[in-house]
Amino acid sequence: MDKTPQTEPRQSWTFSNSINSEIRRAAATGIYDIRGGGAKRRVPHFDDLLFLGASMSRYPLEGYREKCETSVTLGTRFAKKPIELKIPVTIAGMSFGALSGHAKEALGRGATMAGTSTTTGDGGMTEEERGHSEKLVYQYLPSRYGMNPDDLRRADAIEVVVGQGAKPGGGGMLLGQKITERVAGMRDLPVGIDQRSACRHPDWTGPDDLEIKILELREITNWEKPIYIKIGGARPYYDTALAVKAGADVVVLDGMQGGTAATQDVFIEHVGQPTLACIRPAVQALQDLGMHREVQLVVSGGIRTGADVAKALALGADAVAIGTAALIALGDNDPRWEAEYQKLGTTTGAYDDWHEGRDPAGITTQDPELMQRLDPVAAGRRLRNYLSVLTLECQTIARACGHNHVHNLEPEDLCALTMEAAAMAQVPLAGTNWYPGKPGF
Amino acid sequence: MTTTLDKTVLDMTATDLRTVNTTLQAAAKAQANGAYVITNPRGSHAMACGLDGPLSVTIKGSTGYYCAGMNKEATVTVEGSAGPGVAENMMSGTVTIEGDASQYAGATGHGGLLNIKGNASSRCGISMKGIDIVVHGNIGHMSAFMAQKGNLVVLGNAGDALGDSLYEARLFVRGEVKSLGADCIEKEMRPEHIETLKALLEKAGADAKPEEFKRYGSARKLYNFNIDHADAY
Repeated sequence: MDKTPQTEPRQSWTFSNSINSEIRRAAATGIYDIRGGGAKRRVPHFDDLLFLGASMSRYPLEGYREKCETSVTLGTRFAKKPIELKIPVTIAGMSFGALSGHAKEALGRGATMAGTSTTTGDGGMTEEERGHSEKLVYQYLPSRYGMNPDDLRRADAIEVVVGQGAKPGGGGMLLGQKITERVAGMRDLPVGIDQRSACRHPDWTGPDDLEIKILELREITNWEKPIYIKIGGARPYYDTALAVKAGADVVVLDGMQGGTAATQDVFIEHVGQPTLACIRPAVQALQDLGMHREVQLVVSGGIRTGADVAKALALGADAVAIGTAALIALGDNDPRWEAEYQKLGTTTGAYDDWHEGRDPAGITTQDPELMQRLDPVAAGRRLRNYLSVLTLECQTIARACGHNHVHNLEPEDLCALTMEAAAMAQVPLAGTNWYPGKPGF
Repeated sequence: MTTTLDKTVLDMTATDLRTVNTTLQAAAKAQANGAYVITNPRGSHAMACGLDGPLSVTIKGSTGYYCAGMNKEATVTVEGSAGPGVAENMMSGTVTIEGDASQYAGATGHGGLLNIKGNASSRCGISMKGIDIVVHGNIGHMSAFMAQKGNLVVLGNAGDALGDSLYEARLFVRGEVKSLGADCIEKEMRPEHIETLKALLEKAGADAKPEEFKRYGSARKLYNFNIDHADAY
């Protein structure tokens, strides 16, 4: 007798293998999953936008012949010494501690060769970084690890960190295995203990206080340094408006794809807004206050290509910042280390246990042997190359749209491939002159 | 600005903040051990901040936020009360408040002495990283939160959640402690602590005996994340 036909085994969408594996991990350990990086889920992003290019109504510029400027000046509102960058791409804040000294040096080298700035992180300013960074932004964070007036004065700009895209409203934890004697010394804490990075600043609450804090920072630094305020992509309209009110020269806006050294996965994936959704409200806030282009906007979180750069600028940003992409350019998650990723239970491209300090690429580690794997000179050169490509790609698009400066890119150069992207970017759905929420429809 | 034989007077009814700070910062940098008196401060913010050298500054009246912020080497005396964040992130030197201090006094300070003759409000010594703070009166809640290094001495009482999540800072309280924060416990007062405290009390001109104090510090149970301690947060 024939067997009774069986229904094909069917996996649950809700309880997928991935979800089930996390349930089993949680049940075995009793602790949430911590990892590095930004949101991995698919969210509306720059890929969902397209440039229209020149046509009958506008003419393009000649590639390789006609100039398309890329320079940007940050900090023109109050600072005596604004930062002049050759390209509209900067390196985002990443801490010494989370990253090795070699990695920080490589970031400084690459950024300097490309004519742009790099940024410190939690844990203070290292000599490697200052020495190899022509333009260095010094982060002023809630933990104030390593904070001192001398470093404040030798910085080229100061970035007051209120939040970051991976975890708006959250602090951080640098696990004990990365707390070597040097890292601990810079942070005034014992070696080997978990080091909590606070989620709030210790001596101010709210924009009224922040305004006074910024006054103090300016008084200490003779009003020379541009003051940035970094916010996570939470409530971009109001956060940007309040940052302007508090006296920012520059607003750094980090969407949920922006990376972190270590945070709960649930936080990374479920708190904050996609970068694409944050830009237009922030620009709107600046425009409503008459501050667009006077207070510069730097956007970060998932910038990978020159097209991403161009799209962020077209939506109103003055510059972008890259973190994860810069690490990949240095050598993070490189296939050459696949055998070692396998030993760690992961694979190339998916390695995100940056907090554990066992990075085969020698970047997110303080292990002396692993650190030696990263040649800061060669890695810096790779970063320089990558930054050059981002810039060339951005210029290519700007020329195709008829612009002689990348800052002349505008929303009218764009269309959206999806309803969601159209709504977030406030540019028409491809083939239409409409986007969700557009007045008059 | 008027100058007498031994000191320069800056009157803030006639001199703006920028000029006052520029003058003081230049004098500190000159390493000349000068003496300055600031009159009519009228609660100005960020006064005498970022001084980097030996200098004596006396402020005749009360100050706003962040007075003497990031001080190095200078001696700053406020003959009045101080607003939030006095001597925040101080590196060295001495800051004395003759009256009371508002929130976050000595926050994240790395060194030097903050001597508060009156009371200090909440979060005194928050995230302190090596500074010594002596409060002759009482302190408010959440003082020494996440305090990393240094000494906090309180001649009066302490509010709720003293030393919550603190690291290696040492807390000495003569009066009552309303409650201790997470991972903060009373500890034995050993001879070396008596010596440290004695020196600090003398330096601050405090009329108290070290033996009258109790010492509080970290139980060190939260130093490395342990799921069994999640209830402490």
